[in-house]
Amino acid sequence: MSSEPKKILILGATSAMARGTAAAFATRGDSLYLAGRDVAELDRLASDLSVRYSVTVHHGEVDIADCDSHAAFVSRVTSELGGIDGVVLAAGYMADQADAAADFALVEKMVAVNYLGAMSVLDQCANLLATAGAGFIVGISSVAGDRGRQSNYYYGSAKAGLTAYLSGLRNRLSGQGVQVLTVKPGFVDTAMTYGLEGMFLVASPEDVGRQIVRAVEKRRNTVYLPWFWRYIMLIIRHIPEFLFKRLKL
Amino acid sequence: MASARKQLSGWGRYPVQECITWRPEKASGLYLATPMISRGQGRSYGDAALNENGNVVLTERVNRFLQFDHETGKLRAEAGVTLAEIIDVCLPKGWFLPVTPGTKFVSLGGCIAADVHGKNHHRDGAFSSAVESFSLIIADGSVLNCSRSENSDVFRATIGGMGLTGVIRDVSFNLRPVESAHVMAQHQQAADLEQAFALLADDATVNDYTVAWIDCLARGRHLGRSVVMHGRHAASDELPAGKSPFDIGARKSRSLPMDFPSFALNSVSVSLFNAVYYRREGRKQKPFVTDIDRYFYPLDSIHHWNRLYGKRGFVQYQCVLPTDTAFEGIEHILEQLSASRRASFLAVLKRLGPESGGLLSFPMAGYTLALDLPVRGKDLFALLDRLDEIVIKAGGRVYLAKDARLGRDSFEAMYPRVSEWRAVKQRIDPDNHFDSSMARRLGLINA
Repeated sequence: MSSEPKKILILGATSAMARGTAAAFATRGDSLYLAGRDVAELDRLASDLSVRYSVTVHHGEVDIADCDSHAAFVSRVTSELGGIDGVVLAAGYMADQADAAADFALVEKMVAVNYLGAMSVLDQCANLLATAGAGFIVGISSVAGDRGRQSNYYYGSAKAGLTAYLSGLRNRLSGQGVQVLTVKPGFVDTAMTYGLEGMFLVASPEDVGRQIVRAVEKRRNTVYLPWFWRYIMLIIRHIPEFLFKRLKL
Repeated sequence: MASARKQLSGWGRYPVQECITWRPEKASGLYLATPMISRGQGRSYGDAALNENGNVVLTERVNRFLQFDHETGKLRAEAGVTLAEIIDVCLPKGWFLPVTPGTKFVSLGGCIAADVHGKNHHRDGAFSSAVESFSLIIADGSVLNCSRSENSDVFRATIGGMGLTGVIRDVSFNLRPVESAHVMAQHQQAADLEQAFALLADDATVNDYTVAWIDCLARGRHLGRSVVMHGRHAASDELPAGKSPFDIGARKSRSLPMDFPSFALNSVSVSLFNAVYYRREGRKQKPFVTDIDRYFYPLDSIHHWNRLYGKRGFVQYQCVLPTDTAFEGIEHILEQLSASRRASFLAVLKRLGPESGGLLSFPMAGYTLALDLPVRGKDLFALLDRLDEIVIKAGGRVYLAKDARLGRDSFEAMYPRVSEWRAVKQRIDPDNHFDSSMARRLGLINA
């Protein structure tokens, strides 16, 4: 249990993983600001967290893909929450690979949300935390960003960009007391994976949320969730390209 | 949203049917544009939450608390919230469920759709009696607010309506104030059925909660021997010194890892168990303190206890008979049962209070008997058909939330208000957007 309640901004708060993470922070007594596009759902989620955990929960609309709105948005959050101690970027968008191959607008949207928008909003938050000289940024990336595979490479390359951005941000902020945590989830039991074939050892979003909070408390840099994905991806990353290119992955 | 084909069953694990399941993460995903039935925790026993080769929408993730007033005990929540979650959140603040069935692993929506009752039905009525209002997503996708004053016919058709009027989205209802998480319990032995009825009807001894466990293998002069169990919420000053009122600690739960062989429960093992249980529990005639989990949910501590009945599953037969005909009818049922030497591991007898107004609600003033019977031997369903005849003759009915096999004619005879229900269904859902295996079996919807 941490000493005093933190003020935490959750971006893309209506996803199952974000809900699990918000619940894990609320369990510690932290105050939350839930941000996303579905305002009606944000309202329901905010009520839920405040009834269940007796914490203060604000909420407001943000479109991660709308970079021009981010500066005003972050200053609004700062004044409503009374400061920001931590940020969780859970906003993400995945279109089916075949659909995206047929419609480039879907590729653009994946890049706009997962990569461009993420950099824009996190830049705003990073400046704020750097000035304060404390705090944390959690970026939820993906194992799909570790190596491009034919089944998912538009999404994967956007997440690879995010992973590289987070690593650079960590490098920049390490001297200023700000932690940057890259989270790479494997299979999590969410709407994104429900009903898909070939799922195994699926983690619950509540569990993933608790592990994210633990990784923040331990000031970790990069975590794979569940942990064994580190080893699965270690193997996948080390398959020589001449072999890898022939695999059906 | 993606779907998954799954072999589904109710809690009785009979029947098993292939359904197309959907699992929305939020309330806006509860409605499908194609025919569907919603399913909460899957704790109805038969085919109420099944839709063979059709859509089943799982509501388990649509479980947000929306508002809780600590002063008045009024709670508003999404229908996927379970009673267990409500207890976790509200009991430490001094509020408990107004009515609870024998498991807390059920959803709020399920409690309304089956209009569940508890051990306090004779005093407080069914679950719906505490419900102020709910919102219902109907066939065209629009949302209807339903209460006793607004859309009251839809309200009455949805209570006990087995999910066939629409998807219950948000529920507003009133909790009951309690001083502690403990229960003062007291048992009485009843040597036979007559004594059991007398004890259940005696208002001087009957408590907030009263139920009888009945040994349905006992025959002859022991027929209907029972342990009558009373209980009421303990006041904080009744607790032993040092016991904090709301701290009952985490309960150890275990899980049945696999199916029991189907011969494990037979008339010999069950009558042995019953004899021991009758003596041991019947001896607790002085009031004793127990807690809410142990008192209301004894079986919840064993996850998957339904595996006890083997791979083929079991059916629960629960009927209610009106006060005037109940004794004779239940005596008759028990005779049939003990003559067949079918072992019901769990048999419960309880007095019920007046009807709730739900057009398809189960409870009526009288006595209810619940039996768990493993699906085994071809004469089981013939026996249950004979029990139906006894129930119909007595003017009673069987509980749809437990049912997997009732015939259409028997259903019509047991639920005289089904024509009123059909009129509402016809008006708000003429194309049977909400449909289930049970609805088709019972002819609840126009084919």
